[in-house]
Amino acid sequence: MFLTVVKALSLGFMKSLEIFGLTLLGAIPLGLLISLASMSRFKPLSGLTKIIVWIVRGTPLMLQLLIIYYGPGIMLGNNWWGTGSSGRFIAAMVAFILNYACYFSEIFRGGIEGVPKGQREAGQVLGMTNTQIFFRVTLMQVIKRIVPPMGNEIITLVKDTSLVRVIAVYEVMWEGQSFIKSSGIIWPLFFTGVYYLVFSGVLTVLLSKLEKKLDYFKV
Amino acid sequence: MALLEVKDMRKSFGSVEVLKGISFSLEQGQTLSVIGPSGSGKTTLLRCMNFLEIPDKGIINVAGKTIFDAESSHLNDEQIRRNRLHFGLVFQSFNLFPQYTALENVSLAPRLQAKERPDFRANKKEIYEQIESRSVDILRRVGLGDKLSNYPHQLSGGQQQRVAIARALALTPEVLFFDEPTSALDPELTGEVLNVIKQLANEDMTMVVVTHEMSFASAVSDNVIFMDGGHIIEQGPPAQVLGDPKEERTRQFLRGYDK
Ligand SMILES: Nc1ncnc2c1ncn2[C@@H]1O[C@H](COP(=O)(O)OP(=O)(O)OP(=O)(O)O)[C@@H](O)[C@H]1O
Ligand SMILES: [Mg+2]
Repeated sequence: MFLTVVKALSLGFMKSLEIFGLTLLGAIPLGLLISLASMSRFKPLSGLTKIIVWIVRGTPLMLQLLIIYYGPGIMLGNNWWGTGSSGRFIAAMVAFILNYACYFSEIFRGGIEGVPKGQREAGQVLGMTNTQIFFRVTLMQVIKRIVPPMGNEIITLVKDTSLVRVIAVYEVMWEGQSFIKSSGIIWPLFFTGVYYLVFSGVLTVLLSKLEKKLDYFKV
Repeated sequence: MALLEVKDMRKSFGSVEVLKGISFSLEQGQTLSVIGPSGSGKTTLLRCMNFLEIPDKGIINVAGKTIFDAESSHLNDEQIRRNRLHFGLVFQSFNLFPQYTALENVSLAPRLQAKERPDFRANKKEIYEQIESRSVDILRRVGLGDKLSNYPHQLSGGQQQRVAIARALALTPEVLFFDEPTSALDPELTGEVLNVIKQLANEDMTMVVVTHEMSFASAVSDNVIFMDGGHIIEQGPPAQVLGDPKEERTRQFLRGYDK
């Protein structure tokens, strides 16, 4: 029994990891684009971006999952996502990437706007090009500013991956819960908790290492 | 011929004209102090000289060559960048790069500039070594030979400002501008920065210093400009402008400094 449980949970955990990894992979670049759009001097673009970010951050991720998955089929009479588990997975990834990109975009925006204007100007009067100023002056300071809040979001993402079960993507918690129905045992669910703890624990250690690494300077 | 010549420089923000036609010139090796009440346009003048703001009108000549003329065609980013290399600017708030050591702050811009040299690829190592040893020399000159590997947050305000001066000197500007270099410092730290500027004046560096330190201005400058409301009210040698001003407004301003 124990082996069966571990096997099932590990399978679910792989799914959770996949969601986690793909969300970061998609949401970081998309978040950067959104943050740049929200800082654009072209008012319609920055305005529209800010409204989207406001909506996404102001509503539960679970609601977004449901609407993104069921919305096209019911409202437009056309289920883009197709049937079957791969369609549900893609819909889940779209919802997660969009949601996290909006959160990340606010962090990036804060990080970029937080670099004092004088830093850029100091680079300018030293004859640096805009590219040089970005890579040699601004970037490190932005990274240092965003690592702690990004860390918080990333740890939240670990736990948020469990939400995909509302559209029946079978991640680790779904697997754990299935044993209640099938075998009337609850300990697999506790075991699920261990997966989350170990995963977020490892990430916490890695993130604080990174923060320490950036401790050599102050902004 | 004057090293630096500025003719009728004007700058407005929105509908507010902040510089209303500034003209002055500066000989090689001279130090010019700029004094004036808050809001008179001193910082704006320095920012225009360094193209952090683009003047609406006016001409800037360096060694007889016109590098900027608001009337003629617009400069692109690259031309502006090249123009900036004639000048250096030391900010009131230092603006050191926090992620770099004192030495790296000083050598960064020269290293980036070296990449434009035709012989860069062939002699990269020697070029970087030269830049490093020159940067060390400059930091020694400003009295920071023992702080090369300190990060800005490990330095006092006075030391940070001296690194900022070294950083500007590393690009061998033809004219070095200072915007109230000691205003952000505790009183006991202003001396070390002013001494470095004095030393530069003795070494015949050409400088424009915006300052509220009247005794410093009268001790080091060859000329003083008094600005008010975007105009130059009075200019001349310190003995005249500070010692025996002709204009009532100058006298009024200076009275505020008599203790
Ligand atoms: N970017 C800007 N936009 C709008 N107004 C500005 C801007 N920069 C400066 N000003 C205005 O221009 C005027 C001159 O400012 P400036 O900073 O040049 O004065 P200053 O002589 O350096 O004063 P201080 O002694 O306080 O440093 C002020 O009224 C200021 O509010
Ligand atoms: Mg000022």
